[in-house]
Amino acid sequence: MIETVFTPYQSLGGGALIGLAAAMLMATMGRVMGATGILAGFLQPTSLADWSWRAAVLAGMISGPVVLLLISGQLPPVQVPVSTDMLAIGGTIVGVGVTFGSGCTSGHGVCGMARLSPRSIAATLTFMFTTGITVYVIRHVVGG
Amino acid sequence: MQLIISYLIGLIFGIGISISGMANPAKVLNFFDVTGTWDPSLAFVMAGAIVVTFLGYRYALKRPSPLLSKSFLLPTSRDLDVRLFGGSAVFGIGWGIAGFCPGGSLPALGTGRSEVIIFVTALLIGIIIAKILQATFAPAQPN
Repeated sequence: MIETVFTPYQSLGGGALIGLAAAMLMATMGRVMGATGILAGFLQPTSLADWSWRAAVLAGMISGPVVLLLISGQLPPVQVPVSTDMLAIGGTIVGVGVTFGSGCTSGHGVCGMARLSPRSIAATLTFMFTTGITVYVIRHVVGG
Repeated sequence: MQLIISYLIGLIFGIGISISGMANPAKVLNFFDVTGTWDPSLAFVMAGAIVVTFLGYRYALKRPSPLLSKSFLLPTSRDLDVRLFGGSAVFGIGWGIAGFCPGGSLPALGTGRSEVIIFVTALLIGIIIAKILQATFAPAQPN
């Protein structure tokens, strides 16, 4: 376990930027800013035009830390208190789950919640609950 | 034009994720570790993102159509079904194990860290596995 510092202002500001991006994508492309949906359509494109805007969004996302480095002189911290095996297992489980659940933290948790979608509210409550249980079990039952 | 705007939107999202702490698994996992090394920051990320999206959508959806494409494509499914609950529950287990969610991990790729590359590779494999399962067992379901 790694202790992290509570960053209310940075987190609120970063969250507001995430919301700004979501609002802009709806205003311009008419699409929901869900990482799962954008990635799924990138992997299974329906047309070149559909594939290319998704590729552009993904390229922008990946440039985020680099542009932040140019602005602030620092890459964002990525501290991984998890083994390589667990990253691979967790990543695969996430991929299966978000595909069947039709969304993740950005799609359901932000965009769907902002639309007051009953499906997204149900999905978000479900995954927040199982994430919490999983972290509790790993840290305090198995590893405690 | 579409591509430049899409790139900029992705960039704003990526910077937001990076500043917020969502690209940092230690911080994300600590949000859920209420009885241990709790860090409530993630609640502020969600609050900021949801409020701005809510207000932005009200403005964006007032227009008859989006600025750079023909029509708004909003999710239409209304079913609270096993697939939604089961998939979301499974996603949460994976998120709790790894500490990365898809939207957190994609911008984190830009740091070039090997852990992120491992997670995203596994994420893609998981998505492909699920697509194959869906195509095999329920081919009628469009996504």
